[in-house]
Amino acid sequence: MKTGRVVGWLVNDGAEIVPGAELAEIETEKILGSLEASATGVLRRKVAAVDDQVPVGGLLAVIAESSISEAQIDQFIAEFQTRFVPEPDEAESTAPGCEVADVSGHSLRYLKRGEGAEAALLIHGFGGDLNNWLFNHEALADSRAVYALDLPGHGGSSKRVGDGSLQEFSQILGSFMETVGLSKAHLVGHSMGGAVALNLALARPQKVVSLALIASAAFGPEIDGEYIEGFITAGRRKELKPHLDKLFCDSKLVGRQMVEDVLKYKRTDGVELALRTLAAQFFPGGRQAVVLRERLGQLSVPTLVVWGAEDRILPSLHGKGLPENIKTEILSECGHMVQMEAATQFNRLIQSFWQAR
Amino acid sequence: MSRQISLQQAVNEALAQEMERDKTVIVMGEDVAGGSGTQGEMDAWGGPLGITKGLWSKFGDRVMDTPISESAFVGAAVGAAVSGLRPVVELMFVDFMGVCFDQILNQAAKFRYMFGGKAVTPLVVRTMYGAGLRAAAQHSQCLYPMFTHVPGLKCVVPSTPYDAKGLLIQAIRDNDPVIFFEHKLLYSIRGEVPEEPYTIPFGEANFVREGSDATIVALGRMVHLASDAAQALAQEGIDCEVIDLRTTSPLDEDSVLESVEKTGRLVVVDEASPRCNIATDIAALAGQKAFASLKAPMAMVTAPHTPVPFSDVLEDQYIPDAKRVAAAVRDTMRYKA
Repeated sequence: MKTGRVVGWLVNDGAEIVPGAELAEIETEKILGSLEASATGVLRRKVAAVDDQVPVGGLLAVIAESSISEAQIDQFIAEFQTRFVPEPDEAESTAPGCEVADVSGHSLRYLKRGEGAEAALLIHGFGGDLNNWLFNHEALADSRAVYALDLPGHGGSSKRVGDGSLQEFSQILGSFMETVGLSKAHLVGHSMGGAVALNLALARPQKVVSLALIASAAFGPEIDGEYIEGFITAGRRKELKPHLDKLFCDSKLVGRQMVEDVLKYKRTDGVELALRTLAAQFFPGGRQAVVLRERLGQLSVPTLVVWGAEDRILPSLHGKGLPENIKTEILSECGHMVQMEAATQFNRLIQSFWQAR
Repeated sequence: MSRQISLQQAVNEALAQEMERDKTVIVMGEDVAGGSGTQGEMDAWGGPLGITKGLWSKFGDRVMDTPISESAFVGAAVGAAVSGLRPVVELMFVDFMGVCFDQILNQAAKFRYMFGGKAVTPLVVRTMYGAGLRAAAQHSQCLYPMFTHVPGLKCVVPSTPYDAKGLLIQAIRDNDPVIFFEHKLLYSIRGEVPEEPYTIPFGEANFVREGSDATIVALGRMVHLASDAAQALAQEGIDCEVIDLRTTSPLDEDSVLESVEKTGRLVVVDEASPRCNIATDIAALAGQKAFASLKAPMAMVTAPHTPVPFSDVLEDQYIPDAKRVAAAVRDTMRYKA
């Protein structure tokens, strides 16, 4: 992702802006989404017009107090544009900063952003990779080190998954933390990665500062088995697209690039076997075989559960009726990929959960 | 993990990984083991194109130098394929296909059909095509239309290192004869390629760029010109979709039609000479199946109907370039019925 196109503005010049307000619709090759404000003030100037392609990090608009003069705004824009250098083309394709850790015979790709104590670790779900946190990773890393890894069988990691069991995966996760020097961390697990994080928190709570479970597996037996089977089997764009559509509340978000990226992954040798092995352990016959709901009360670490209300893979109902030690947030108009679909809101939730602790 | 490598390295890696994975994969061709003309030193060159360098050292006699007799070694490979091996033959220039055409056209392409499905011919013929190397009329042709025309053959024309590796691995694993076309001027281009083996299915075109005003369909080296043209046209506010066919047989009709139905305008870029080439084939497809969507006549940007000239100046005129592609798109944009 190098540029975004302004599809339309959602606010007018002179509007009062508060953080979280939706400013514009932006289309990138990855996803179509709305840009939310991170500042308070008045929308003084739209720098980018509708249909403009703006490089990542470029200037879209200026939000400022009404006391700031037009001339000062002109000067700010001029200075920004002289200083601003778009990221070079190859920066994204070579996945800047990705490193590899050797963990019990698996070569695991990971990306570390930010610095600071009380590190966090982001764990993707079935068929995902560290790019599932594309809209979260940097924002969450503003005051601490945040790691995101590719689980065995996924992304840029080696594709062997052993028996693919919950025990094996949570052991690997624990060993990964030791390998990269994390004695303990905030864990954020999505979907199947939630089950893995949860199991680690139950087995080795001393490694876990807090636990955020996002549309997590292991909360009940229900799952869309057709999705799992369809995701594994689909070999072409047309076959895969309808399954990926199910991951979002608004399936317009699934662009061709997203489908291509998933296909690229799926066409790698060893991936089909890895996915089949994991599906047989976690979701055989269209039901979840690993259910840890009864053990949630035993959790000794602060735990937050986040769900998209419109999740079509794992029902948001699984996030209800949980023990009192667990805080649940259900975000409306979001599907299974809630961290992408409501990135700003999601990032704020996780940040304040970490800070409250 | 992936990294930037050249198309030449991508082809070499695909061969090495498949030879490693499957011991029935063998490589044959002129100088591919690199012995000839080097006082007996083996693996000296890696073939005339340097593609097979390192394979002989790793796989020994599974990399075979052959006499300069295409009809003999292509015939031998067809026989090897039908009796259980997976030969990858390097035919230096596609222009030499004439001398071994019977082996391909009448033997390899027909076995599955004439033996009632009881025989398969998992043969890959890798061959170099295209103009631009000052190699004149007998070493510069784009002959993929001739092979596309023959039922029973699959034809692959990659444009990037990523596609070259994935499509070649697919070709080697495929049970039918595949002709794999490598453009001389693309060997040095670099791109992101995963280290692990992977496949790209035949018959799925790649959307290089999405756009709404006009569809540019291209293949092989022409994909890069089409992208350059689309980039230039974007500055003028013309939003082009660029489709890379990847394989001409099987052909991804759906992607072409889906795009033409959206844009209503079609420009096909093909380096082959203009009669009965891929451009005419794609234009006919759109004319037949997307007629109602067309807002302007289909345009074709191709080489002229003449042998590739020896003169540098004329050769440069002969090969389509991005300016001609952009001009063709502008013409379709201006068209009024």
